[in-house]
Amino acid sequence: MNILVCISRVPDTATKVVIGSDGNSIDSQGVKFIVNPYDELAIEEGLRLREKNGGVVTAVTIGTDKSTDVLRTALAMGVDKVILVKGEENPDSFYVAENLAAVAKDENPDLILLGRQSVDFDSLQIPSALGEILGMPSISVVSKLTIEDGKVTAERDIEGGCEIVEASLPCIISAQKGLNEPRYPKLPDIMKSRSKPIDQRDAAAAASRTSIIGMEIPLKQRAGKILTDSDDDINELVRMLHEDAKVI
Amino acid sequence: MSFNGVDYYNIDDLFSEDELIVRRSVRDFVENEVLPVIEKHFRDGTFPEGLNRKMGEQGLYGITTSPDYGGVGANHTVYGLAMLELERGDSGVRSFASVQNSLVMYPIEAYGNEQSKRKWLPKLATGEAIGCFGLTEPDYGSDPGGMITNARKIGGGYLLNGAKMWITNGSVADVSVVWAKLDGTVHGFLVEKGTKGFSAPEMRGKYSLRASVTSELILNDVEVPEENILSIAGLKGPLSCLTKARYGIAWGAIGAAMAVYDSALEYSKSRIQFGKPIASFQLVQEKLVWMLNEITKAQLIAYRLGRLMDEGKATPQQVSLAKRNNVSIALEASRYAREIHGANGIISEYPIMRHSANLESVKTYEGTHDIHTLILGNDITGIQAFK
Ligand SMILES: Cc1cc2nc3c(=O)[nH]c(=O)nc-3n(C[C@H](O)[C@H](O)[C@H](O)COP(=O)(O)OP(=O)(O)OC[C@H]3O[C@@H](n4cnc5c(N)ncnc54)[C@H](O)[C@@H]3O)c2cc1C
Repeated sequence: MNILVCISRVPDTATKVVIGSDGNSIDSQGVKFIVNPYDELAIEEGLRLREKNGGVVTAVTIGTDKSTDVLRTALAMGVDKVILVKGEENPDSFYVAENLAAVAKDENPDLILLGRQSVDFDSLQIPSALGEILGMPSISVVSKLTIEDGKVTAERDIEGGCEIVEASLPCIISAQKGLNEPRYPKLPDIMKSRSKPIDQRDAAAAASRTSIIGMEIPLKQRAGKILTDSDDDINELVRMLHEDAKVI
Repeated sequence: MSFNGVDYYNIDDLFSEDELIVRRSVRDFVENEVLPVIEKHFRDGTFPEGLNRKMGEQGLYGITTSPDYGGVGANHTVYGLAMLELERGDSGVRSFASVQNSLVMYPIEAYGNEQSKRKWLPKLATGEAIGCFGLTEPDYGSDPGGMITNARKIGGGYLLNGAKMWITNGSVADVSVVWAKLDGTVHGFLVEKGTKGFSAPEMRGKYSLRASVTSELILNDVEVPEENILSIAGLKGPLSCLTKARYGIAWGAIGAAMAVYDSALEYSKSRIQFGKPIASFQLVQEKLVWMLNEITKAQLIAYRLGRLMDEGKATPQQVSLAKRNNVSIALEASRYAREIHGANGIISEYPIMRHSANLESVKTYEGTHDIHTLILGNDITGIQAFK
């Protein structure tokens, strides 16, 4: 099975995000970048399918020269080949999807795996946009995947339950938590991955169609206060509504 | 919020891509395999079962050992970063890896014959075999040159007699690197588990490094074959191993310091007293800043030392300075963190007391803090003050 895994480079979820002086990008000074956590699930699923059925797993990212670190991580986890498409610094979802589609046309995969979303901008559009461009079935937010004789059965998390969807290969799957437990790369594999080549390509797609005009950090949530039903606390509640919140 | 290390001086910019990938993977390893079980094992006084093989599989043994013998073949910085992340989990877990890497695999690779290397290194790398390092004796700690354990040449090999104490992993070791005097000069011997006359009872009653096995080694007319002697004579044999291990400890201690700092910082922001987070009081801020300051200095020392090690330029005295400083500030940081956590600082819900107790051992083993002071004093004045 020929599997293409699409990965993105995102700020570490533990990073405190600061907005840059231009007001419309994240200040990358001191920010640690990692493989998007949902994409780690996609890589892991690709590796498990290869371990079961044989084949080749290729990881691709649409990024810049800085993006080699996430591709090296994918190599260290065990993917066979990696592709870096060098494109815009701050691409929109459609731009990424178009570039991924161009790579998919060249690589001709049986299965395309992605994370359900990137945890940086959370637009959730790429798996569906990619399906649309390639004319392939695309199943999103998948937490269980079975592939037998070219038939794909996927379980999706839906509000309060689960939906079971079928499709045939080639198809696109976006990974949800629970799909698997991603492996962490082992030291010898990290060392071996250093000498593996990164296939670098120029972006094939037209420019992004949207641009970010501003970013703001959400206002800090104030800590909640718990009151009981004692007389004192009821008086305090009235006082707070009146004086602090000024709603009565 | 997950642990993100401490990097106030953008030291990460100095590491290569693969060094950072190693750190991330060991951090995840510790998060998944060490932190969920460590408090229980510390309380029970046991090393986490199964963790040895998992560390082996992860490639945490033989980090600088040649891949020809099953090692990873990485540089000293990778080794250091791995020790830092392991000790963020627990000093006992890091001790296990230090012994395996620097005190067992290193001397076998450096001084063992081809047969011993082929026999032991691949198994030690996977954790299928465990090793220990026996230098300290009941009556000779800081002064190992006075050791009583001795070897006598006999037909086909050597006869060992004596006793070692405080030996990490002694009771679980498949191979012990035992240092003994042959005709008055210190030599290293590989003693296999089960050899007649050899036993390694576990020592009990530790309040520190509780998740690590510490043992006595008893040698009663133990016969080892000719090929088990290491090809190095004099104290420089064991000392060269200790230099490697101390280097790793200098990194490891930063991990413990980061763990207690991280916990103290979070705690101080959420704990409200006198109507405010305790982080808003100057006295608390001073402690936090002290920790940040010392961690940053320790990181820069360790980083530079790692590069010097790789260039083959590091002196044992530079390693002494790093071990002495970094362990000492980690222990001090754990005490400040303990104060900041108030009563919560003494219970197992927070990692503080465990790290603090562990670091008492780390300050003493691999050359006590004061012995490193004397090593450095000797180096700069040219006057030795040991005796
Ligand atoms: C948990 C644990 C694990 C260990 N694991 C190992 C192991 O795997 N292998 C191994 O070989 N050993 C191991 N050790 C032993 C350790 O290396 C020794 O404890 C250490 O070298 C100190 O020796 P000592 O305890 O005999 O103290 P001593 O040497 O008796 O020192 C006692 C005090 O006197 C001070 N002192 C001694 N000499 C001087 C001097 N000349 N000037 C000024 N002050 C001096 C010391 O600094 C110290 O404060 C371990 C120890 C512990 C606690």
